[in-house]
Amino acid sequence: MKNTKYDLIANSHKSEETRKKNAFIAFITGGLIGLIGEGMIELFCLNFSMSRTDAGTLMIVVYIFLASLSTALGFFDKLVSVCRCGLLIPITGFAHSMTSASLDFKREGPIYGIGSNMFKLAGSVIIYGVVSAWLFGLIRYLIGGSI
Amino acid sequence: MTTYYKNVYIDDTATVCGPYEKKGPLRRYFDKCYDDLYIGEDSYEKAEIKLVRTSLKILLKKANIDKYNIDLVIGGDLLNQITASTYGTYGVGNGFIGIYGACSSSVLGMIIASNFIEAGFVNNCCCVVSSHNLSSEKQFRNPVEYGAPRPDSATFTSTGAASCLLSRKKTSIKVESSTIGKIIDYGQNDANDMGRVMAPAAIDTLKRHLDDTGRKADYYDLILTGDLGKYGKEILIDYMRDCYNINLKGNYNDCGTMLYDLYEQKDVHAGGSGPSCGALVVYSYIIHLMRRKKIKRVLFLATGALFSPTLLYQKENINAICHAISLEAV
Repeated sequence: MKNTKYDLIANSHKSEETRKKNAFIAFITGGLIGLIGEGMIELFCLNFSMSRTDAGTLMIVVYIFLASLSTALGFFDKLVSVCRCGLLIPITGFAHSMTSASLDFKREGPIYGIGSNMFKLAGSVIIYGVVSAWLFGLIRYLIGGSI
Repeated sequence: MTTYYKNVYIDDTATVCGPYEKKGPLRRYFDKCYDDLYIGEDSYEKAEIKLVRTSLKILLKKANIDKYNIDLVIGGDLLNQITASTYGTYGVGNGFIGIYGACSSSVLGMIIASNFIEAGFVNNCCCVVSSHNLSSEKQFRNPVEYGAPRPDSATFTSTGAASCLLSRKKTSIKVESSTIGKIIDYGQNDANDMGRVMAPAAIDTLKRHLDDTGRKADYYDLILTGDLGKYGKEILIDYMRDCYNINLKGNYNDCGTMLYDLYEQKDVHAGGSGPSCGALVVYSYIIHLMRRKKIKRVLFLATGALFSPTLLYQKENINAICHAISLEAV
């Protein structure tokens, strides 16, 4: 049952929207993550004479490790409350979603707990990541003729 | 449906809370506060069970009654299969009823208990409710450590267990009447604004209680809602004034905004929620005031959002319910 009078009154008591401020903070912190990542790639390329592709992969591994470690030590969620979604959208957020879900279900054991709940949040990212990669690959093949 | 009682009294109450509630303004009224959310257990669910157990233990000690002499135990909480109540009350009393009214469980339990006592089926009844911030986070929202940013209208599930012993024995606080609420659907579906979801239920039950009893709002020294939070509270005041011409002047407050210091404790956003939120405030602070005759008549409206993540994802609205109980200092 819809009550227009109620909606009218309720709308005048809404919390203040902080979306613009959050988006700005996320833009800065997310950008910083990208900047540091790029710095890491340059560092690996120069110091370990790696190819750019290998250095990129190593950078991702480093980020995944750091994010998972800070989730396990319990301060990633505090960082998120400061940095907003700037930390959740990059690969750090993906690692964090898996580690935090595993931590939640560790008491239910390795099979019924961690194993079956680890991808609770990350599952959607993986499945739609794969599906969209396939779709765009197909489009590119049809337009460009080769992959 | 409003029912009057002649022989039901609150014998004693016990409240146990977690670290956030300890930092709140009502800390000195609680019987026991824990500094850690695990409470010496290895999971949050077990911690909630321990909260229930501890609160019952304190209640039995305060009321000076043996656990085998409790006729009936009524328990409710937010966990699946209300496990905190079923495990936590094990071994206490000669009968158990598990209830689910989401955050309205505290008053629902008291109403059922009062009916049993008034009818003469039992002499005393113990009602207990509990909630744990992180066990509810895990069940209803994201993993505990995820910490996704939430809007200011979101409420914070309180950690604690509150129990009360109702009996036929005359004491200084009487259960005077109660109104059982009905399920309300105003087309609300924002899980991050539960105050807005539950306010219609509180409005409906409050209006029906006043109509049934023929009382005015100022008959009560204090009208309390369970967990509407900052915004829900404002909505209720405005709606009652605009639509029913009922002015809730200085005698209305919301337990969710009383349990925490909303200026100092920013983490709680719009205020507390959960079955234990209203019960923690009423069973400690309000009962304390009533015993000292600072206030005489209190109407406690426990609001509950009958919220299921599954049905919300299936595009159903969130229903709400609210039960009211009127307490009188005699």
